Amino acid sequence: MAEPAKRQPPSVAPLAGLRVLAPLARYALRVDLAVAAAAAAAAAAAGAGAGIMPLATAVCRASQLRDWHALWLGPDEQLLLGPAAAGAAFAAAVGNALQGVPHSLVDVSHRQGALEVSGPAAATLLNAACPLDLGLAATPVGFCSRTVFGKAEIVLWRRAEHAFQLEVWRSFLPYVHGLLTLAAAE
Amino acid sequence: MLVIPCPYCGPRPELEFSYGGQAHVARPTAASNPSPADWNAFQYERANIKGLHAERWRHIHGCARFFNVIRDTTTDEIVRSYRSGEK
Ligand SMILES: [Zn+2]
Repeated sequence: MAEPAKRQPPSVAPLAGLRVLAPLARYALRVDLAVAAAAAAAAAAAGAGAGIMPLATAVCRASQLRDWHALWLGPDEQLLLGPAAAGAAFAAAVGNALQGVPHSLVDVSHRQGALEVSGPAAATLLNAACPLDLGLAATPVGFCSRTVFGKAEIVLWRRAEHAFQLEVWRSFLPYVHGLLTLAAAE
Repeated sequence: MLVIPCPYCGPRPELEFSYGGQAHVARPTAASNPSPADWNAFQYERANIKGLHAERWRHIHGCARFFNVIRDTTTDEIVRSYRSGEK
């Protein structure tokens, strides 16, 4: 009896605009935004830990403070991204600034990885499996949100008109990477 | 696909949401000394309305918040949405 033909993965050329980014330090911050902003301002006024804490106050927008980015994910939830080497010092400083404020700051650096999708077709490519409206009116530069990509949950962050950063949980990375590569081949 | 207006994030595709059933089903308080019939009503009895229906949705693949939506069950038109605790 003939062996059934083994299914070969489709061969597709590696995609120029798709890149796995270097490791980052990542923190999930849960805190009442208004209270945290007041605490940060007070700390800054007292000269202690002045301006160490990035906070994104606009809905679905990222904000930057020096090397660190804060991504608004929900009314009390922020994802803080920064250089991998600076994580511990940053967490200590933020913890200090938020002393007395009920909050949780969790190191999730190794929970997820980052993909960069760039190039003129980046939005079209993402829309192969992401249902968000990626027109500039609905998702301008600086937009960030949790959303879905195929069957995976991702955080999508528009860093430029034609450049997106995807934060993907580790076990979904090969899936998202593969689906993007396949979609690009179509 | 429905486009559901999240009261926190704005209009988003249905894929980002999960359905939470009929809204404003109040749990009987201990002070009201609920009977088994009261518990049964709380657990199982739903209106199954033809027309404007108040229901809960959760923006689970988004801001993760629960909120309420008024949807016409005959046309799927969403009349409005509002945060939990609001009217
Ligand atoms: Zn939302």
